[in-house]
Amino acid sequence: MDILELHNLKKYFATQKAVDDISFNIGQASIFGLLGPNGAGKTTLLRMITGIFYPDSGHIIFNGKKYDPVNDVGYIGYMPEERGLYKKMKIGEQALYLAQLKGLSKQDATRKIKEWFVKFEMQSWWNKKVEDLSKGMSQKLQFVTTVLHDPKLIILDEPFSGLDPVNANLIKDEIFNLSKNGSTIIFSTHRMEQVEEICDHIVLVNKGVKILDGTVADVKNKFKENMYQLGAATSLENLVTHIFEVIRHQPGQLLIKLQNGSTTNDVLKYFIDQEITVHSFNEVLPSLNDIFIKLVEGTPGARQFQRVH
Amino acid sequence: MNKIWLIFRREYITRVRNKTFLLSTFLLPIVMILFIFGSAYFAMSSKDNLKKIAVVNDPGMFKSNLKSDSARVHFDFTSDIDSSNFESRGYDAVLNLNNDSVTKKFTIHSKKQLGIDGKQIIENRLDRAFENNQLQKNGIQKEILDSISKVSMGAYTIENRLTLEKGKSEQVNAAVNYGVGFGSGILIYITMFIFGAMVMRGVMEEKTNRIAEVMVSSVKPFQLMMGKIIGIAAVGLTQLFLWVILIMVLSYSAVAFLPAEMVQEAGNANKSMPGGMGGNSAMATGMLDFLKEMSNVNWPLIISCFIFYFLGGYLFYASLFAAIGSVINEDPQEAQSLMLPITMPIIFGFIIMTSNLNTPDSKIMVWSSMIPFTSPIVMMGRIPSGVPGWQLASSMALLVAGFIFTTWLAGKIYRTGILMYGKKATWKEMFKWAFRKS
Repeated sequence: MDILELHNLKKYFATQKAVDDISFNIGQASIFGLLGPNGAGKTTLLRMITGIFYPDSGHIIFNGKKYDPVNDVGYIGYMPEERGLYKKMKIGEQALYLAQLKGLSKQDATRKIKEWFVKFEMQSWWNKKVEDLSKGMSQKLQFVTTVLHDPKLIILDEPFSGLDPVNANLIKDEIFNLSKNGSTIIFSTHRMEQVEEICDHIVLVNKGVKILDGTVADVKNKFKENMYQLGAATSLENLVTHIFEVIRHQPGQLLIKLQNGSTTNDVLKYFIDQEITVHSFNEVLPSLNDIFIKLVEGTPGARQFQRVH
Repeated sequence: MNKIWLIFRREYITRVRNKTFLLSTFLLPIVMILFIFGSAYFAMSSKDNLKKIAVVNDPGMFKSNLKSDSARVHFDFTSDIDSSNFESRGYDAVLNLNNDSVTKKFTIHSKKQLGIDGKQIIENRLDRAFENNQLQKNGIQKEILDSISKVSMGAYTIENRLTLEKGKSEQVNAAVNYGVGFGSGILIYITMFIFGAMVMRGVMEEKTNRIAEVMVSSVKPFQLMMGKIIGIAAVGLTQLFLWVILIMVLSYSAVAFLPAEMVQEAGNANKSMPGGMGGNSAMATGMLDFLKEMSNVNWPLIISCFIFYFLGGYLFYASLFAAIGSVINEDPQEAQSLMLPITMPIIFGFIIMTSNLNTPDSKIMVWSSMIPFTSPIVMMGRIPSGVPGWQLASSMALLVAGFIFTTWLAGKIYRTGILMYGKKATWKEMFKWAFRKS
């Protein structure tokens, strides 16, 4: 079942069509990547999902029912890109306060905070103040406060910014854990290598419209360009053929692109005929980074202001 | 509702636990009491260096008429003392009565400077001596004059009774009313600024710490704003309440432990401060009169109106301060220019109140005590002098309607402003946010 369905969401501001008719579904317990260049409308979309903004038109189905921001926020955990905590507050009290605002009782909240603090080795932090924490430490605390109330839907906007690789891995493992336990995660970032590593399903938005929707494997297949990497023992210079085009030439290595409807077997046959020993031969799929750049390139780097009405 | 309560509790507890709050709450009354009794102490100690005065060069009329008393001043008429040797002869000062009769100016030499009080006492005695001398010269017996003035002074008094609706009359004392009105008007003015600015800084903190978006994913922006405003109102009431209690406790214990003379002097010092302008100049009776007049003031009405106008005025402006706080980015300079349109009416109300308090029923006072922008300050200035019931009722109703309106308006600006980063909103944009649909 899909936990979240967006149907034709629109949100226009005075000078921008921030979100212009976007629909997609997010499956239960999946890790979903919401991608897009700066100013594409991601934050506006996330704010509609968290109930901060109301869409101008369209509707959201959450957990099979029409989304009701007032009651459903308890099932959502949101870590915005612009995030912070009360600097003067003690860390334990801060976590307790945010959990209680999500509807947890004091006892439950205290118990859960202690569990998470043990998991992240933060037990000694309870009476420290937020202003005493380093950026990475407060990031960990922020993550804990986001997931403390066992939300069904967790929305993380650039969760790894400012984290060292060790702590980033710690959070990444927790994201997988939460997903395994049935939570759905929406993950918004510019870092494509993280998306490839973590996400099952991605949507790419640009200029307020959806331009790509599918699983990571599907998307890569869709954008593959018949590129192959070939390794051989002998010299590979001066190959003249119409079967493929040499894209890049390195000692013992070739990056080739098939041409004129030829198949991989045609390539292998060609090398066998030439009596060149092939060591390795494998397909090269485009990285999400390449796809992202290809799709977004050509559109202006910053969105232009436009008249809406 | 539960969420507003949680926000309210956090705002209240973190502020009340704050060191600045504790310091200002406990230090202010102590400083005030110390100031009053300290000035009393200095006034008293300045008297002490004037016990014994040598008088030289008496033209003749003072010797028999200048009165000494053992408690305050003792005059010794001698001839062999001058400004160089009075100290070694055991005198505190030497008064030279050799003057020219035109300016009537004498000189007194002393080791320490004379206090205003000491100077006045000696001048009084000299005047009295001169008066006695003149009476005798003109054949008027002082005893007869004294006995006449004893019965004539204060033989008639005027009691001003105000005719209100229903033909009720009420005893008033203009000076005390003026003082009480002035004091409570100023207090409203100051607290509105202090706690309004506190709301604004709180909102700015949430915005600059980037916690606003985290918060509004759990609570509605309106709940966040109201929780903060109500929490700070409770902080304000707590502080006022503690101040009243502390000042009462401290002044009663000062009265109990300090010598009576000093308490008397402190009473005078207190009286000369703004807020207590009643009474006449005669010290002891003045103090008693003042206390009596103070007890004539309708305290239950004034205190309940004070709490109403404190809360009403605060709520009226606090949400506007919150809206301003929400559109400001890190730069405090922006706050200055955006705050101006909000602080202007407050200052305006204060100026109207202070400059027209002598005529509490004048047109400008009546109108500005109706309009919610100025009514909390101006109406508090008017209430001690008596305000017709319909005026008070409509002023209160307008203030309630006013703060509901400003809260609604500010809520809409706040909702948008708190999530805007990077650029300062203009008045035009804020106006758009406030009046657009949904």
